[in-house]
Amino acid sequence: MNPTSTRLRDSTQQARPASRWLWFHKLGSPPHAYRLATRLRPWFLWTALVLMLAGTYGGLVLAPADYQQKDAFRIIYVHVPAAILSLQVYVAMAIAAAIGLIWRMKLAHAFAAACAPVGAWFTVLALATGSIYGKPMWGTWWEWDPRLTSELILLFLYLGYMALRSSFDDTQRADRASALLAIVGVANVPIVKYSVVWWNSLHQAPTISKIGTPSITLSMGWPLYVLVLAFGVYFAAIMCDRLRSEILRRERAASWLTDVS
Amino acid sequence: MQASPARDAQHGEICRTLEESSPNSQPTQRAFAGGYAHAGSHAGDVGLLRIFGLVIARDLRLALRHWDQVMQPLIFFVIITTLFPLAISPALDELRRIAPGILWVAAMLSSLLALESLFRPDVEDGTMEQWVLSGQPLSVLLLAKTTSHWLVSGLPLVFMAPIVGTALGMPQSVWPVLAATLALGTGSLSMLGAVGAALTVSVRRGSVLLALLVLPLEMPVLIFGARAVDLAMHGEAVAGPLNLLAALLLFFISLGPFAMAAAMRISVES
Repeated sequence: MNPTSTRLRDSTQQARPASRWLWFHKLGSPPHAYRLATRLRPWFLWTALVLMLAGTYGGLVLAPADYQQKDAFRIIYVHVPAAILSLQVYVAMAIAAAIGLIWRMKLAHAFAAACAPVGAWFTVLALATGSIYGKPMWGTWWEWDPRLTSELILLFLYLGYMALRSSFDDTQRADRASALLAIVGVANVPIVKYSVVWWNSLHQAPTISKIGTPSITLSMGWPLYVLVLAFGVYFAAIMCDRLRSEILRRERAASWLTDVS
Repeated sequence: MQASPARDAQHGEICRTLEESSPNSQPTQRAFAGGYAHAGSHAGDVGLLRIFGLVIARDLRLALRHWDQVMQPLIFFVIITTLFPLAISPALDELRRIAPGILWVAAMLSSLLALESLFRPDVEDGTMEQWVLSGQPLSVLLLAKTTSHWLVSGLPLVFMAPIVGTALGMPQSVWPVLAATLALGTGSLSMLGAVGAALTVSVRRGSVLLALLVLPLEMPVLIFGARAVDLAMHGEAVAGPLNLLAALLLFFISLGPFAMAAAMRISVES
């Protein structure tokens, strides 16, 4: 691993982009990715903070209370972004895993490995807020609503991925085995999703699953969109940190690390 | 794993066939050159079918020699279904309502238990390594193994479930639907489970891990299977869930072997 990484670093210092794909190949080099993550991290973090403050202020103060759900609806400003991110992160993880498996790109594996716990926490957050939301809406902490159920299964998929990864001592084997699992899992996610919807539509009144779907007015909606964006940027910031520590762990024997530190 | 003479003899026969039908005289080199992809094998359909049949015949014979081990998941299935009346209520009215769910959950757990013996003996005694190096498409070999595994672990459930179902108060008119859902569903369970088993075969104490990986992926099969039986008990049309079960089975048969082969290469290599 060391010869390739040093060679790649040399080629980056020679300047003159050789091809349109050079930026992509450079991403595969740990030192380059490490430096890039270090440079991007504050931008992502501050953007996320500003967006989060704006979105939270808009959601908690500016947006009017719902005529039916009163102030209880405001939890969607956390619930919806977390739920969106939980699925997006899984897809991103599977794409990174596929890239790592097909092109044998070590950094893609590092990215996938760094994704999993973050995605799992987004899923937990979506489940917890959904459950809190359910208390005033449905009167129970847990309802076997199709969305909550498929979110729960998604959490199981994350946990299985992390369990498989931790059961190998050898990083390379853990990478490849868990990458395959992520790909199999992402192929199954739509099947799980639709089977759960179908399962639920058979024996439950559709009124319950309608919560959340009614169209939202702009005054209530804009903080939501801002917060979805904020969560996305926050994920990017977190990933910069996690990717850096993942690179440090994997490259702990590499010589370029002395230059960085 | 105990090395029985039958096992060795069968293995020798398959190895000879693998080498004979290989168009290249250096199977090992081809396998290495092929790397991830199947080493561009065009051995001909006849060769592949013959290998498929040989692997199935070998595994069935091995299962026959260890009949007691094959029976274990089936006994487990019956024991699990016995737990529910004890835990819930002996009233047949109450049990009848949840019988489809009980049977399906029990079938899922027992197929999970049977997975442990799917690849492990072959990996431990080196047979799987030879297969990986043989230059033949590993996906076909593993599909054959999974098929014979289903024949000894899934198919008995199909015949056993109506009997157990009757004990849980299920009317006889539901028998055909119950058997059909299990026949289609346990096939999907075997395919999905084989992918997980191939991934975890090199992990020590991998059985809990296997359950963790496989059960969430198997949930759609459970949903369609149990719901079809439930609908049949209420006298409603079951074509929908049955078709979906069949579609899932075809989907898993067509893509599963490739995932199995990739997983097995990761587990056996290095």
